[in-house]
Amino acid sequence: MAKQFVKGNEAIVKGAILAGCRAYYGYPITPASEIAQAAALYMPLVGGTFLQAESEIAAINMVYGAAGTGIRAMTASSSPGFSLKQEGISYLAGAELPCVVVDITRGGPGLGNIAPEQGDYHQVVKGGGHGNYKNIVVAPNSAQEMCDLTMLAFELADKYRNPTVVLADGFIGQMMEPVDFPEPVTEFAEKTWAVRGVDRDRMNLVSSIELDPDDLERHNQKLQAKYEIIKNNDTRYEEYLLDDAEFVVVGYGIVSRLIYTAVNQLRDEGVKVGMLRPITLMPYPTKRIAELAVRDQVKAFSVIELSNGQMVDDVRLAVNGAKPVEFYGRMGGNVPSIKELVHEIKRMMRVL
Amino acid sequence: MSVKILGKSKGFYDTYERRPGNNHEQTHYCPGCGHGILHKMIADAVVDFNVAENMILISPVGCSVFAYYYFNAGNIQAAHGRAPAVATGVKRALPESIVISYQGDGDLAAIGGNEILHAANRGEAMTVFFVNNAIYGMTGGQMAPTTLIGQKTTTTPYGRTLQNEGYPIKMAEIIASLEAPVYVERVMLADVRSKNAARKAVRKGIKNQIEKKGFSFIEVLSTCPTGWKMTAPQSEEWIKSTLVKNFPLGVYKDIADQVEPLNLDLNLATPERVPKLIGLEQDKMEFDTASMKLATDIDQEIKIAGFGGQGVLSLGVWLSEIGMRQDLEVSWIPSYGPEMRGGTANCHVKLSRAKIGSPLVTYPTVLVAMNRPSLEKFEDDVVEGGAIVWDSALIDVEPQRKDIKNIPVPATQIAKDIGNSRVSNVVLLGVLAGFSDFLDPLVVR
Ligand SMILES: Cc1ncc(C[n+]2csc(CCOP(=O)(O)OP(=O)(O)O)c2C)c(N)n1
Ligand code: SF4
Repeated sequence: MAKQFVKGNEAIVKGAILAGCRAYYGYPITPASEIAQAAALYMPLVGGTFLQAESEIAAINMVYGAAGTGIRAMTASSSPGFSLKQEGISYLAGAELPCVVVDITRGGPGLGNIAPEQGDYHQVVKGGGHGNYKNIVVAPNSAQEMCDLTMLAFELADKYRNPTVVLADGFIGQMMEPVDFPEPVTEFAEKTWAVRGVDRDRMNLVSSIELDPDDLERHNQKLQAKYEIIKNNDTRYEEYLLDDAEFVVVGYGIVSRLIYTAVNQLRDEGVKVGMLRPITLMPYPTKRIAELAVRDQVKAFSVIELSNGQMVDDVRLAVNGAKPVEFYGRMGGNVPSIKELVHEIKRMMRVL
Repeated sequence: MSVKILGKSKGFYDTYERRPGNNHEQTHYCPGCGHGILHKMIADAVVDFNVAENMILISPVGCSVFAYYYFNAGNIQAAHGRAPAVATGVKRALPESIVISYQGDGDLAAIGGNEILHAANRGEAMTVFFVNNAIYGMTGGQMAPTTLIGQKTTTTPYGRTLQNEGYPIKMAEIIASLEAPVYVERVMLADVRSKNAARKAVRKGIKNQIEKKGFSFIEVLSTCPTGWKMTAPQSEEWIKSTLVKNFPLGVYKDIADQVEPLNLDLNLATPERVPKLIGLEQDKMEFDTASMKLATDIDQEIKIAGFGGQGVLSLGVWLSEIGMRQDLEVSWIPSYGPEMRGGTANCHVKLSRAKIGSPLVTYPTVLVAMNRPSLEKFEDDVVEGGAIVWDSALIDVEPQRKDIKNIPVPATQIAKDIGNSRVSNVVLLGVLAGFSDFLDPLVVR
């Protein structure tokens, strides 16, 4: 198949269609609008549905309806729009409907700005909607992964009947890179639970209501058990130069690209530093970080985020006090230069 | 409190096994509640029309949240007010199904005001049943947007006032004012005659959908004896004496006979056909780059800057595509947002033999300056021994640096001479790519 030079946002839509997605519902917002625009362009060409909804709330509920019929459906937005989708996502999680939601994050809180930030980690990874649910969350760091991880998101969503979020930022969405598009998915598992308006699934019910406390507790326990299985089977991460590393820098998304360059520069200076990049944020590579934390040679962790320090909580939980965990973050859409990162990583090392 | 729906419809389950507890014979509705009556009318209609198995019922949040206990149909329970959006997602995926959005007045006219308005305005090919009982039944008799002036509810203990809560909202009138809906009627469930009229309206709303006519909306003035603190007969009386005075009955719109059936057919492509349909069978180049070559023995970090509209971003894309053709690792990233409008635009291009980490260019090896502010802004950032390519036909100052390669190109002038002043970026591409040896001797950090 073709290698094309495309924007990350466009790679998402092409990946989604290759994965069999035939319904896109969304509401425009910078810097995610190109996703809606690309979907508007390509969905009709494959006979799929593109609809600009009246709000993000409506869009996620249209996805709820579409997903309830068993088709692969998606929506995309940016931070303020994701906040509005939270109600619907909680219902999708409760009703165990698979779908893909893309969040191309921007600066907050409130209207904030349209520059890249990672301030949505908590609202995407930890919930944000009500109840004891979790999204599966994948975090691409290149245009190629915007395609690949969107396709993976559809697989995981179906496999676990769970909403799956592609969490990226304005940079990765806007960035153009060569993308090798894979072959389209041709095999789809039967969804016996779907409501399709035919006699054979007339007993099917899509619902998140459980009046009886015992029933609802059982339902919640089932969800927790599912999250445990997801953790055991589908945790993904990337390691870079960790074999002999004394310092482990942790970052996801666009930040991991900056860390990669900074690590190379520090290695040139003889500093034994490496990177761990979570690719899935839920499930989080807790186990791997815990293993690294008890390695003798590892002296400390440093976490870099374009936020006030949100993912760092998960690193701290994983490290569990075994080694110091330092944090450096920028906010408001500011992205640290490599010089700044190298300086900060060295400063964090000196603190020890 | 529960009541049996008289003469059970074949559209219902034989026994209500989904209903918790031991009572699987009767509904959960209070005696005298209008919901059960309307349920039966809907169930009978889909059975009569032979579409019961194709029905998908979207139940709301409100007393009818449990409609799925009863309807022998595909059932989807929606969030409060969102049923029309959910129904949209369902109907678009399954145009052959009979999609019913069943909603109360809090659900439809308050929290879901936006969703119903837009589903109606799009003319979604669905049927909406709107139960107007002038109160929130489920949550304990609070005010609804349809509560009457002076009516006492648990949140209007002194009666609804114009000044504080405004007028009751008239949904049938609002929906009928839109162009798309094909059928809008308000009926009531108060006595035998009015119920017969209501039954007719229910059937018509469903028939319209079977015939693919578009959006039908039936508002049903319905009893809530519990919320109204009345007996069942008193409730029916109150509808007739009071409620209907505020919500006049009637057909507010009916163009079903005048409109052609909608073409709702789906034409889904098989997966195998997808790559071709979305242009993925061939490499896509925005520009014919075959003859061009970049000298990149060394990694290049290029910043291109100028006014929006000068083709700054495209120039960066073309360079990247040439690089990709030559099997280099490439990345392109624009400055985006407000910067794109009117003011300056710039993009960062990286060309490398090794995997690219940060796509950002802070210290360019090559700066392409297409206007004066860009030259002045980024000149200092260029690495020692780097190059500044600038449009000398537009910029009336020279780079000050002596430690860089100074490459003035009267790009705008050349473009004008060719006959198209907008292609100065193509001229610059020619300079950058065609004469590749100029990039060659660059000394990079
Ligand atoms: C987001 C949200 N807000 C509030 C509620 C609480 N709630 C449940 S039902 C209801 C009102 C229902 O009234 P109506 O739509 O008139 O239906 P009825 O019960 O009268 O049939 C409310 C406010 C909720 N479930 N979800
Ligand atoms: S509270 Fe009112 S609307 Fe709800 S079931 Fe009872 S009578 Fe019907």
